[in-house]
Amino acid sequence: MLAFLRKQKYLIDYTLASLLRRKGKNVGLLTVYTLIVFMLASVMLFAHGLRHEAGLVLQSTPEIIVQRMQAGRHAMIPAEYLQRIGRMRGVTKKEGRLWGYYYDSAVKANYTVMTGGQTDAVLSEIAIGSGIARVRGLAIGDYLTLRSQSGDAFSFKITAVLDTESELVSADLLLMAPGAFRHVFGTEEGLYTDLVLSVRNPREVSKVAEKLAKLLPDTRLITREEILRTYDAVFSWRQGVVFILLVGAVLAFVIFAWDKASGLSAEERREIGVLKAIGWETADIMRMKFWEGAIISLTAFLIGYVAAYVHVFFASASLFEPVLKGWSVLYPRFRLTPSVDGLQAATLFFFSVLPYIVATIVPIWRTSITDPDAVMR
Amino acid sequence: MLIQLRNIEKAFNQGKPNEFWAIRGVTAQFEPQRITCLKGASGSGKTTLLSMIGCLSRPTSGRICLGGRVISGLPERFMTEVRRHTFGFIFQRFNLIPGLSVLENIMLPAYPLGLPYKALRKSARQLLKQFGLSNKADNPVQWLSGGEAQRVAICRSLINNPQILIADEPTANLDSKLSREFMGLLDELRHSGRTILISSHDPEVFASTAVERVVEMRDGMILDATG
Repeated sequence: MLAFLRKQKYLIDYTLASLLRRKGKNVGLLTVYTLIVFMLASVMLFAHGLRHEAGLVLQSTPEIIVQRMQAGRHAMIPAEYLQRIGRMRGVTKKEGRLWGYYYDSAVKANYTVMTGGQTDAVLSEIAIGSGIARVRGLAIGDYLTLRSQSGDAFSFKITAVLDTESELVSADLLLMAPGAFRHVFGTEEGLYTDLVLSVRNPREVSKVAEKLAKLLPDTRLITREEILRTYDAVFSWRQGVVFILLVGAVLAFVIFAWDKASGLSAEERREIGVLKAIGWETADIMRMKFWEGAIISLTAFLIGYVAAYVHVFFASASLFEPVLKGWSVLYPRFRLTPSVDGLQAATLFFFSVLPYIVATIVPIWRTSITDPDAVMR
Repeated sequence: MLIQLRNIEKAFNQGKPNEFWAIRGVTAQFEPQRITCLKGASGSGKTTLLSMIGCLSRPTSGRICLGGRVISGLPERFMTEVRRHTFGFIFQRFNLIPGLSVLENIMLPAYPLGLPYKALRKSARQLLKQFGLSNKADNPVQWLSGGEAQRVAICRSLINNPQILIADEPTANLDSKLSREFMGLLDELRHSGRTILISSHDPEVFASTAVERVVEMRDGMILDATG
């Protein structure tokens, strides 16, 4: 056993020395390889991180949203729908929500406006998301003027800038009192944007939704599960788009790596012949080449993956931000909670490390099974 | 260890239009602890015969026996085993691995054995000392002169302590003085109990007093044997 381990150590030593002998070529290969792993891993980690984050955020949202539909479009919902729903088994809480979008022509950005929920909130005070604070250069105590539906200007005193921890969802958020919302958007009393219902038992959600669909035929019901699925689809789709953009780079690398790994130079062939002539077995040469492939691909994978991890979770994925993160002008600045999907990492490992090792070994096998007497000629 | 060849034939590209018979029915025997030189012009079959004796290739037909054991029909793995433990090779172009140090080149044949590093290094250093190369141990081999590279190749061939040394045109890249020195070194090795087979058409070799037997070859056959 000890002799076997020592033999592996000698083979690795020899492999490292071989790699260093062709330093320029191997460093170039390692750099490109690492870059490819870095890009693919960044997209994977980022999309997974976003899905994970969205899942965490949505955990605190209500289970069912009821939206009134009119001519196939979302319309305001009367408060009396809450009475029509009445007491329903499994529903622990039901309430109306007011929300909308406000276009700020000064910065050409859409804000998401929501009500704070408290009816006694001061009409002239608002809380703003950190994205808005950034682009407008606002701080607590400053005033923000919004133009209402009727054309009147309302000035609000900023009493809070929303926590950066929640920036993924709050970057473009304006929180104001329900009364102020009705003033700005001209929403009549007794109307809500939608209704939300909390259902304690997740298994009852579909049953409750079914009952609601019968009770309120002019409404659309959105469950939290559906939102999660939508997020998942959106981020998977975006991830796919980036992957397609990267396909060119990946293919170029595959051709380059295949050529490097599978094509043996006359010098390498000669070296294999010499090693066999001085007493190395075919298996020893295969092992040596296995270590060569493994050292290059594992190093590239580890460096690329760690760099991607740092890029995504500590540098806000600055390279892929515009494609993957949002659709708003106000890109959120946030740090994703580090989260790695084992299966995704294993897939990347499988498709990046193994093919390279195989591409390294196969041609060597063809060369090393031939008689070594060529070195005598 | 006695080396016996019986009706050895070797064809290259057999069955193809460019088929070529390099060895044609060679029967011979090489006694242990002697220096034997295969002499002949280029293309006479010396190198092919030595490569078959040294388990680097197999004959197309015939038998090669080493100390009474047939080695010509062994599977690749066992042939490698015999080659590793029984033969040491000194090649015409030395075939040292560039980029590695002198010491690493010498230790290379022993890597697959998995010997303890200290012991292996000690053996390599002893060989370097024996051949006057101690101060070159850490130099890359491409820095060496022809004579030094030749001596490193000898050290490498001896690291696994083989009983038989095979040297293929060993003086082809050396001047007369270095060739004579080389033959002196081989003579010392012969006195230490080794069997040495050389192929050469250099008079410094086959006319050397160290060589006890000269076997002349032409067109893949043995013409004459002296000694």
